[in-house]
Amino acid sequence: MTPRRKRMFAVAAILAGVGAAALLARLAFEENLLFFFSPTQILAGEAPADRKFRVGGLVSPGSLQRAPGSLEVRFVVTDNQHSIPVRYAGLLPDLFSEGKGVVAHGRLDGQGGFIAEEVLAKHDENYMPPEVAESLKARDQPGGAG
Amino acid sequence: MDWTWFHKLASPPHFYRIAGRLAPGLGWPALVLILAGLYGGLVFAPADFQQGDGFRILYVHAPSAWLSMFIYAMMAIAAGIGLIWRMKLAHAVAIAAAPIGAWFTFLALATGSLWGKPMWGTWWVWDARLTSELILLFLYLGFLALHASIDDTQRADRAAAVLALVGIVNLPIIHYSVYWWNTLHQGSTITKLGRPSITLDMLWPLLVMLVGFTLFFGAVLTRRVQAEVLRRERNAAWLRAELAR
Repeated sequence: MTPRRKRMFAVAAILAGVGAAALLARLAFEENLLFFFSPTQILAGEAPADRKFRVGGLVSPGSLQRAPGSLEVRFVVTDNQHSIPVRYAGLLPDLFSEGKGVVAHGRLDGQGGFIAEEVLAKHDENYMPPEVAESLKARDQPGGAG
Repeated sequence: MDWTWFHKLASPPHFYRIAGRLAPGLGWPALVLILAGLYGGLVFAPADFQQGDGFRILYVHAPSAWLSMFIYAMMAIAAGIGLIWRMKLAHAVAIAAAPIGAWFTFLALATGSLWGKPMWGTWWVWDARLTSELILLFLYLGFLALHASIDDTQRADRAAAVLALVGIVNLPIIHYSVYWWNTLHQGSTITKLGRPSITLDMLWPLLVMLVGFTLFFGAVLTRRVQAEVLRRERNAAWLRAELAR
């Protein structure tokens, strides 16, 4: 084997080694790297009951209630299969609205609800002018919410 | 296949001359495209239906993020070529590219942070996309630090090249992080199969900016490699002849 071929194999071995290590790490961290849990995962008991975590999903349309005279809001987070009611007192990000993505940090209240300490908006990767969004909405409406 | 051009490219005098001609040929189109892309993105493109005018930071954020990964891939490939074929010029390319890549990574993180505060409601979260991009910045800095810490250029080149190769595993992690794990960061808009999730009047300034940024990187890189060649070949006879011309 020429020295050059040897070096070629050494480089290939490095790449294969770190690739395998990364693959194993990815399998091992599958759960730990989750930024948030979905309502389905929470109802299945996968979320920790005794410490803080994040719940992510869509704000269920029509579920947002504001308490008059205070910052307290209640809304339902859904993944279109299961949903969980969330209570929060604080400022909501501008992008927060019904039907849009949200990630809330807090803990379970032990009665099937979630008390949030921080609410972040999660937007999607779609960009379009308002007119296009309107016409898409109008087109989707007859078939029901997708 | 005839590999003469490749071997010729590897000779410092030959490359030094080519790079001198290449830099303005990349730099001027880059300037024109970036100005056109900025005008298109800030003036022509309509406001977004959700984010309003705030989404326009995309026109700097996405090209920076693209370059942060493209430059790393290029740097690692150059380092690998340098290791296997003992090509000194390839190492010079890798070390010249690293600071540019680090700056674009910083720019991607900084613009992302400025974008995150109004839209998400936070400057920073430890989700998989943001964290892996931060690790990319540390890889660049580690590469530069390792290279700088060894006095002998040849040994420094080889040690840093191994680090660059190891770090390449981070690139697919950054790209697929938004699909493998739940992240606050949204999925890809244009670098995915199928139709881009963006309307045409918003897309073209982005593509112009992507090409413009990449050409800008090419222009800066050729100049930096020239400087690196000057430093490394400072005692060579060809350089004295070249500079005397």
